Amino acid sequence: MMWWIRLKALIIKELLAILRDPRGRLILVGPPILQLLVFSYAATLEVKNVDIVLLNQDSGAWSQELVNRIAGAPTFRSIERVGSSEALRARIDAQQAIAAVHIGPTFSRDIAAGRAADLQIILDGRRSNAAQIVAGYLNQIVNQLSADISAGRRGAGQTVIVVPRNWFNPNLIFQWFMVPNLVAAIALLIGLVVTALSIARERELGTFDQLMVSPLRTHEILIGKVIPPMIIGTFHMTIYILAAVFVFGVPLRGSLLMLYGSSIFYLLSVVGVGLFISALSMTQQQAILGAFLFMVPAMLLSGFATPIENMPDWLQPITYASPLRYFLVIVRGVFLKDLPLDEAVNNTLPLALIAFLTLAAAAWLFRRRME
Amino acid sequence: MSTEALVGTKETAPPTGRARRFTALVRKESLQVIRDPSSILIAFVLPLILLVIFGYGVSLDATRTRIGLVIENATPIAQDLAASFQASRYFEVATGRDRREFEEGLILGRVRGIVVIPTNFTDVGAAGSSPQIQVIVDGSDPNTANFVQNYAQGVVGTWMAQRAAEIAMRPPPISVEQRFWFNPELASRNFLVPGSIAIVMTLVGTLLTSLVVAREWERGTMEAMMATPVTATELLAGKILPYFILGLASMSLCVLIAVFIFGVPFRGSVLALYALSASFLMPALGQGLLISAATKNQFLASQLALLSAFLPAFLLSGFLFEINSMPWIIRIVTTIVPARYLIPSLQSVFVAGDIWPMFLRSIAVMLTIGVVLFILAARSTRKRIG
Repeated sequence: MMWWIRLKALIIKELLAILRDPRGRLILVGPPILQLLVFSYAATLEVKNVDIVLLNQDSGAWSQELVNRIAGAPTFRSIERVGSSEALRARIDAQQAIAAVHIGPTFSRDIAAGRAADLQIILDGRRSNAAQIVAGYLNQIVNQLSADISAGRRGAGQTVIVVPRNWFNPNLIFQWFMVPNLVAAIALLIGLVVTALSIARERELGTFDQLMVSPLRTHEILIGKVIPPMIIGTFHMTIYILAAVFVFGVPLRGSLLMLYGSSIFYLLSVVGVGLFISALSMTQQQAILGAFLFMVPAMLLSGFATPIENMPDWLQPITYASPLRYFLVIVRGVFLKDLPLDEAVNNTLPLALIAFLTLAAAAWLFRRRME
Repeated sequence: MSTEALVGTKETAPPTGRARRFTALVRKESLQVIRDPSSILIAFVLPLILLVIFGYGVSLDATRTRIGLVIENATPIAQDLAASFQASRYFEVATGRDRREFEEGLILGRVRGIVVIPTNFTDVGAAGSSPQIQVIVDGSDPNTANFVQNYAQGVVGTWMAQRAAEIAMRPPPISVEQRFWFNPELASRNFLVPGSIAIVMTLVGTLLTSLVVAREWERGTMEAMMATPVTATELLAGKILPYFILGLASMSLCVLIAVFIFGVPFRGSVLALYALSASFLMPALGQGLLISAATKNQFLASQLALLSAFLPAFLLSGFLFEINSMPWIIRIVTTIVPARYLIPSLQSVFVAGDIWPMFLRSIAVMLTIGVVLFILAARSTRKRIG
């Protein structure tokens, strides 16, 4: 029983080291909640409130019809009319508008005469992603008008109706996607920094030597360093899960038990990486910056903001090293899809492997340093 | 020079003394930067990683999205529409006869959408009710779901216009000419690379600076410095000069790699590049100093730098996410994020050229935020000693 008393004392000491300072307690609770509120609303790839510029040199009815249809689309916030191509260029240059529609002087006449009427759409390629989406919206409007004109010539107006069906999230509410993502991200963010600092701080303050001359065995010290960040990580995840369900109204369709079960391995893998970085670092500064060096690619290559399948083939294998990649599948799946158990297991096994490898590497480094 | 300093009169001695003190300070700080491998890691290695990821990896365009295409009845008209989907550069299409073939794939994320052309799909010109097709998407990822819905709409719209023109036996009444200025090949790296430069300068300016200064407070060497004749202003200036240079060096490295290895165009002037970057480093460094003076603790400083500088530069700057699409309250928050002013200007320097009215406005705003942060930092530093 001695080992348990020793271990318990160490865990309490580690928790106190983080939580004793009132500002430390505040920073562990306040910012994560602020992050949840700000980022769940900010991180959207939707394109709304679009400002566009219109240069209409045509006085006929068809250009008016086109302008009315654009103005009627909910995506566009304002349409500024300009009189010259110089003014149009100035607006796009200064990013006051993302797109410009240029209707030539013969637009209506050409349509009436059955000639192809020219229409120019100019987009700001600096923001190519949003510009492409805006181009898609504008083309849709023009195509519809084009089809209506052709149909009108034959006398029978008829169009293909596309019926959208959005599974799992019928109204495509963005927070239903973002909040479960943040559940996984916050555990990475907090877990990594807290762990990375644990050994580095002791080394910098000189208390590490005291720890080594204590009766604690190496593996006991390591377990003592692993458990507190896991408790803190679980605490944050729980707050986020509660907020997801009760504040954001995200449906929880799968098994909570499954989510927490796999979260143990996720947190272990995060803490493993953190300890590994900590064991390599001589100072707190190195530990924090090392954690960053891992965290940024781990986030970007996890499918958090952009789907992995859009990445080039040679890069996709690297994403297998990011624990976030697997846990994102589990969190999103448990919340919205009632993820089947075998899919959850398929994504938990790699987490267990990462945890094993990083913890073993950290223990080895740690032992080597002690000798 | 040296003799003059030795025998210097009362008027000349203070400036030379001040200059000597300042040089010594800057030297000390610079040594601190060079000796710690982690500063090099964050200033030169992380930018490389970011550039590779943004240069090659992260693409926001949903090209080659996998979808299942269900043709319930292979009539010529259904096959004609199906061919339009297969020809689209946005989709990688697998065809089937029954939607159940793809349903499991949709749950597991193997396909992002199912397009169903039903048995009773009729021609656009035919009499009767309007023909319908169904697009089923995986709503658990609303971005991709939106892409699939919009692109499917686009494919159908284009097909419809062509079809109607064929039936009317005339060319499509409107021919759209679409031009993407500045970036005709729509390479997302052209706008992601300038964004990652802003991220890198945020990390050097705010995170690194706040950590280094917080450590001095933690160890009490800051108070030791206060006890010397060095004034608070000199001390702060001496602290930030090396990081200012490091930030510009790291930025220069990024630009060289972006232009010469990734082939990102550089159409603006070097002057504009450095004027914008230097102006951005002012608020970044000011924020770093303020955070360290307010926390005096490396853990707290790192968390605050992460929350108040790194994440906003990433998420609230228009780098990845459109500011116009955010709720109004968050749009207001973005107005105090310096990166928000740097990124569009830097993007212009790369792909558009010098647009000075825009640059000068950005520079003015960034410097203003910088001055406010420096005043706050200087005040909280002075208060600690008093």
